[in-house]
Amino acid sequence: MSNLFNIDIVNPEQSFLSKDNVFEVVIPAVEGEIGILKDHIPIISFLKPGIIRVFSESEEQNFYVEDGIVEFKDNTLSVLTSSIFDLKDADKNFVSESISSAEAELSKDNIDDQKRFLLNHKVEVLKSISIN
Amino acid sequence: MPSLDDLRKRITSVKSTQKITKAMKMVAAAKLRKAQENAEKGRPYSEKMNNVILNLSKSITDKENAPKLLVGTGEEKVHLCIVLTADRGLCGGFNTNIIKKAKSYFEKIISEKKTLKIITVGSKGYDQLKRQYKSYIVENISFKESKNINYFDADKVGKIIIEKFEKNEFDVCAIFYNKFKNVITQIPQEQQIVPLNEDKDDKDDSGNDNDYEFEPDEDEILSNLLPKNISTQIFKAMLENSASEQGSRMTAMDNATRNAGELVDRLTIEYNRSRQAAITKELIEIISGAESL
Repeated sequence: MSNLFNIDIVNPEQSFLSKDNVFEVVIPAVEGEIGILKDHIPIISFLKPGIIRVFSESEEQNFYVEDGIVEFKDNTLSVLTSSIFDLKDADKNFVSESISSAEAELSKDNIDDQKRFLLNHKVEVLKSISIN
Repeated sequence: MPSLDDLRKRITSVKSTQKITKAMKMVAAAKLRKAQENAEKGRPYSEKMNNVILNLSKSITDKENAPKLLVGTGEEKVHLCIVLTADRGLCGGFNTNIIKKAKSYFEKIISEKKTLKIITVGSKGYDQLKRQYKSYIVENISFKESKNINYFDADKVGKIIIEKFEKNEFDVCAIFYNKFKNVITQIPQEQQIVPLNEDKDDKDDSGNDNDYEFEPDEDEILSNLLPKNISTQIFKAMLENSASEQGSRMTAMDNATRNAGELVDRLTIEYNRSRQAAITKELIEIISGAESL
């Protein structure tokens, strides 16, 4: 029996990625990373800034996401996100710009703890990208 | 009776107008294809979003404490209307149809003595509404600068709506736009986005046996998701609108080109007739002059 399932990543403009031969996907859910295998129970969750790792038989793909919603049902993983890019095509300028804008946001006084947490996390992830 | 010279001038002017409308038609046709593609590409996102929300709202048992964006504030005194129109004219009845639809809604609200607030997106809508409803318009947004429709713009509108909702500035929110059916037909739509109206008829309850695991709990996901859904709905409306606008402009310009062609034909016949009449008149004068000798 195969242990593969489908993944659909869509952003508002278009369908970003659609594959039917992945065996594991690791998503940065808001309460921690979740690894999803075939026949996972139906789940709905949302994402924090992080890396989505898609493992298929032949390759591994990494995507950076800022936010989004994931739904897993009937062996199809749907990821809805408005900000996503492939780590391979990561633009150094864009990444450093995002870091500085997030840091600028952090330096403001009027942000709540949850937002501060998310922003800190975002900066961390982005910095780890720019090192690689 | 216009002189020969007048006729000739009119023919040239109609012909050059025809050239413009023809060019506009072709530009619209090219843009239409792209807009249509974009609208189709954007559909999966809003559909999936709808599905997730539907599944979520099914699993919410405690309706009392559900997020207000979903169930409403319990009142419906203040209505906020988002009217999405184009930034350019010359596209047939496109803008007028949306305005007409919106106006009939406005009249209903006003006659029921409820408070009306209007946000216009797109400058044409503002131009047409400011005469009659100036005092109701709270905001006027235009995306003339952005060449393509992007989610970022839609999100801006969405954020304004959320902000207003959190300040309790309205109870019910509806958006008005044109739905693209085909090149000739665009249907003006009125869609309520706050509170969310579920389409009960098109989904059967087969999804009910799916027991989802939620992380974190339903409420938190919903309150995170609903604001996004508003932006998504606005984005969808903007995509549909842009396809409709181009379609509408294409048909309008096609008609204009054809009408100009007919007008040129008619004017040419008139021009030839009066030229012939002048020649005949001159001949008669010459002949009768020769006869009298």
